[in-house]
Amino acid sequence: MKILTGNDLRTGAVTWWNGTGWSLFVDDAVDVGEDAEEILAREEAARRVNVPYAIEATIDAAGHVRPAHIKDRVRALGPTVRRDLAVPTANKTGWDWVI
Amino acid sequence: MYRYDQYDKAMVDARVAEFRDQARRRLEGKLTEDQFKPLRLMNGLYLQLHAYMLRVAIPYGTIDARQMEMLADIADKYDRGYGHFTTRQNIQYNWIKLEDTADALADLATVEMHAIQTSGNCIRNISADHFAGAAADEVVDPRPYAELMRQWSSFHPEFTYLPRKFKIAVIASEKDRAAMRLHDIGVRIVKRDGEVGAEFYAGGGMGRTPMIAPLIRDFVPIDQMITYAEACLRVYNRYGRRDNKYKARIKILVHELGAAEYIRQVEEEFAHMLSVGVEPPREELARIAEYFAPPAFVDGPKTVDRSDPDFALWVDRNTHRHKHDAYVSAVISLKPAGGIPGDATSEQMRLVARLAREYSFDELRVMHTQNLLLPHVRIADLPAVWQALDEAGLGSPNMDTIEDIIACPGLDYCSLANARSIPLAQRISERFAETGRTEVVGELKLKISGCINACGHHHAGHIGILGVDKKGTENYQLSLGGSEAEDVSLAKITGPGFDEDGVIAAVEKVTDVYLAARSDGERFLDTYRRIGMEPFKEALYG
Repeated sequence: MKILTGNDLRTGAVTWWNGTGWSLFVDDAVDVGEDAEEILAREEAARRVNVPYAIEATIDAAGHVRPAHIKDRVRALGPTVRRDLAVPTANKTGWDWVI
Repeated sequence: MYRYDQYDKAMVDARVAEFRDQARRRLEGKLTEDQFKPLRLMNGLYLQLHAYMLRVAIPYGTIDARQMEMLADIADKYDRGYGHFTTRQNIQYNWIKLEDTADALADLATVEMHAIQTSGNCIRNISADHFAGAAADEVVDPRPYAELMRQWSSFHPEFTYLPRKFKIAVIASEKDRAAMRLHDIGVRIVKRDGEVGAEFYAGGGMGRTPMIAPLIRDFVPIDQMITYAEACLRVYNRYGRRDNKYKARIKILVHELGAAEYIRQVEEEFAHMLSVGVEPPREELARIAEYFAPPAFVDGPKTVDRSDPDFALWVDRNTHRHKHDAYVSAVISLKPAGGIPGDATSEQMRLVARLAREYSFDELRVMHTQNLLLPHVRIADLPAVWQALDEAGLGSPNMDTIEDIIACPGLDYCSLANARSIPLAQRISERFAETGRTEVVGELKLKISGCINACGHHHAGHIGILGVDKKGTENYQLSLGGSEAEDVSLAKITGPGFDEDGVIAAVEKVTDVYLAARSDGERFLDTYRRIGMEPFKEALYG
């Protein structure tokens, strides 16, 4: 699946396109298929997101979205060395799939 | 230490106001990210993996207690209660919000600090020997000269858009504690026949093409130092490549021209600039130097009670000889075993500030090794200082050991990184601390970078580790034999890389080879230089 991510303009927080807006939680990300470029241009112009881009990802049976590249998996959860600062997630196995 | 005059203050205040307006326009959509990015970078604001990151300059690593307390306040007020001290004697905050940045900069300005020129293709924060003003072996205190360079290079209109970033280090002793020859320009303040002058090196650096700076002039009279530096920069600014950012650093220019031709051009420009008259008046250097007058040292005991072995070990490892024999410089380790190199909580910063006030004439230093330093501690006060540090988790006796690892933020924070650095540092320091091998191995400088940009100085590590991306997974190249000191050398890669577990095992294997082969008094680096790479390769890949 193809998902969209970027950073919140005001706070810099990592965000994920959920179909109607930008969520802090990677599991909210939706497959945008062929619409990536159009959504990216529209959302960046509206300043709802900063430097957004499209990435490949997979989704498991439990509905957990896993970005294909390690860099985006680290972005999804937070620094692996400061789990106390992690993005809250329902994905209890999240740290296992980062690396 | 230096205090702002009205010009410094006016410049910094004006820049804060300017940035506040720029940020407002970005948030209102009047500036695009492409338009805003160079403006925020000029003020030290990056966009990293998880958030904006603010890099604050600490000129030549010198700050006082009130400034350290402000750094702690910034961490609490605008970030997440901690900061990260870097290999260029700066501090970085990892979770700054754009909407808060101007307020953070305004707070910093109240204690004469800023984030100007901590990014972008300009002359960056001037670094220096962290023992400056205290070391027994220095010719003079190099900081007045570093400060003069700071003033010259701040907002220099000609050097705002260089081909690439530009880093300068200043030292004043035979020992190099600032990786001076791995800078774009390295300056060693020297004395010849009683006259103070500057020895210039140019064209060093780490990154993807590491190079050791050649000597380009062995003595520049001190009242021509800025003019000579200007000539070095002018030649670079004129001929440095702008078509390829990977070939844009001065080291490439010096290498491609050849040192002799670069020197010829600099000398020609220098002669011209002498006739123009750009050198600040001597009175300005004298005015600056007054701020760095030595504190009022007093005599006292020259030895300590060593009955507590933990304290004795810390004294042996973490104190450095001072120019006054009743004092030492005390290194505050930000490398607890298993910890994150360079990170300090706001509480730890405030404690360090208090200790500076009580025991070190209100002075602190940030070391390029990602530690902190109390430069002037009475030997009689060492037990009290150590006890306070130890209680706060800052008393690890590991300076220059394998636990004193330099590690860049790596893929845990940095958008440029290919692999994580910090977890390796944590696991290696933990492993050696647990097994008691740290003391057995002795001096061993291990440095880890999470990408080819080499912010973790891996080229200069006795053992260096470089993280790379190998088909989407982290892989680590091991290198041996680097040094950033006066015996400067670049590390050589051992061979194929390793995964995370593999590289940790590899570090243990190379230390095994060292322990088996070392002669009396040899450091790891000495043994490597004597026996060469082969025994290590045999142990790793044989």
